[in-house]
Amino acid sequence: MKRYIKPIAAIIWKDTLLELRTKDTVVAVLVFSLLVVVVFSFAVDPTPQIVALTAPGVLWISFVFGGILGMSRSFSSEAENSSISTLLIAPIGRDAIFFGKMLSSLLFMLLVEILVFPIFAALFNFPLLVIEMVPILVLSTVAVVTVGTVFSSMSINTKAREVLLPVLFFPIALPAIIAAVEITGAVLQGSGLLGVADWLPLLAAFDLIFLVVCPVAFSFVVQD
Amino acid sequence: MTQLDKGPAIDIRGLNKAYGRRVALRNLDLQVQWGTILAVLGPNGSGKTTLIRVLATLAKPDKGNVWIAGSELGSGDSFIRRMIGVVTHDSLLYDELSGLENLQLAAKLFVLDNADRKIELVSDQMGIQKRLYQRVGTLSHGWKKRISIARALLHDPYILLLDEPENGLDQQALSSLDQIIKDDSKALRSVVMTTHNLERGISLADEVVILSNGRVVYKSSTESVPDTAVLREAYFQYRD
Repeated sequence: MKRYIKPIAAIIWKDTLLELRTKDTVVAVLVFSLLVVVVFSFAVDPTPQIVALTAPGVLWISFVFGGILGMSRSFSSEAENSSISTLLIAPIGRDAIFFGKMLSSLLFMLLVEILVFPIFAALFNFPLLVIEMVPILVLSTVAVVTVGTVFSSMSINTKAREVLLPVLFFPIALPAIIAAVEITGAVLQGSGLLGVADWLPLLAAFDLIFLVVCPVAFSFVVQD
Repeated sequence: MTQLDKGPAIDIRGLNKAYGRRVALRNLDLQVQWGTILAVLGPNGSGKTTLIRVLATLAKPDKGNVWIAGSELGSGDSFIRRMIGVVTHDSLLYDELSGLENLQLAAKLFVLDNADRKIELVSDQMGIQKRLYQRVGTLSHGWKKRISIARALLHDPYILLLDEPENGLDQQALSSLDQIIKDDSKALRSVVMTTHNLERGISLADEVVILSNGRVVYKSSTESVPDTAVLREAYFQYRD
């Protein structure tokens, strides 16, 4: 177990160190997500009905597109000097590399979400702290980074990386994104998690399935 | 080494590898015995780098079988990666990390005990102590190459796979590299080294092979090669 966990921790340590040096991912994602939220808050007529309809979508557009941007940048650094090969020649399974990269992205995305959500809530007149949002953010973000990590690694050697990644990512991640929007809408309107009994298991099932499928897919993607 | 010294260090049979329609290796057979230094020569595009990438588990063979330290490629890759140290054209280092951090990362990935001591040891060997705290991105190609070699040595591998390792190295670093390749204390260590430098190939290696169009077209022990002129003749004879 130690031989499995330690390399995963090493990849997270390396990505965190790189992020502290470059601030490439978090700053880019944060600025992008904030811009989307602020622009939409001015674009939408702030009546309670319209806000209830549009706000969850706005929130997840900002998180998901920001997340794609972040994951793409994270794998760009792996392409320089072929440094991803440092991970590939280590005596660890490809799945350990996958989980290392995925958990790093999860960490950075959750950090951005923690920073962006209060601003979103203030702009759209929602309570600043909605405790039910915690499991939704975690489950949905796991879905986004799990699928995103595979497709980011797939697009590592392509010139049209920024275009290819969303094109590959969205058709697969769509059920999770729709579930995230529906659950967020219900929770922000005060229905609580019980009001979204159908969507929450769907999101959890999506996570479970892709947490099994994606590490396997990743091991094929990163091999020449 | 009881388990390891039963067969050859590297045993390649019928290896084929293509990238799209470009065939890089064609039905390649090659054995490297324990403790042997093999120099792989050949013109650009002859398949040297692909051979190293396959042996390093970075590229999957299309056809054929490869055994490294008795373990077949594709079934025991984690064991194989523990046995090999790899130096490629690219430094495989993270530019934004210091040399020390890059070595620490490698130590963590290999789950090495006494990592600090081992980092100190390989840093001494490659003379990189002065540059250890500098970000790799600010270093010259030669210093990056030194750190890259140190990284490959960190887990004290039984097999070294070196793809044109002399590129960018100054005379002092070359001398350190030669000492590592010819290290008498590592009697069972095997080295596969690609190079364009025929003189170095002959002086360092026990055996030389020339690749052309992905095939082994010449193989000889260096003892039976009287001088570089013979090797040069063979090299140009089989060039595209």
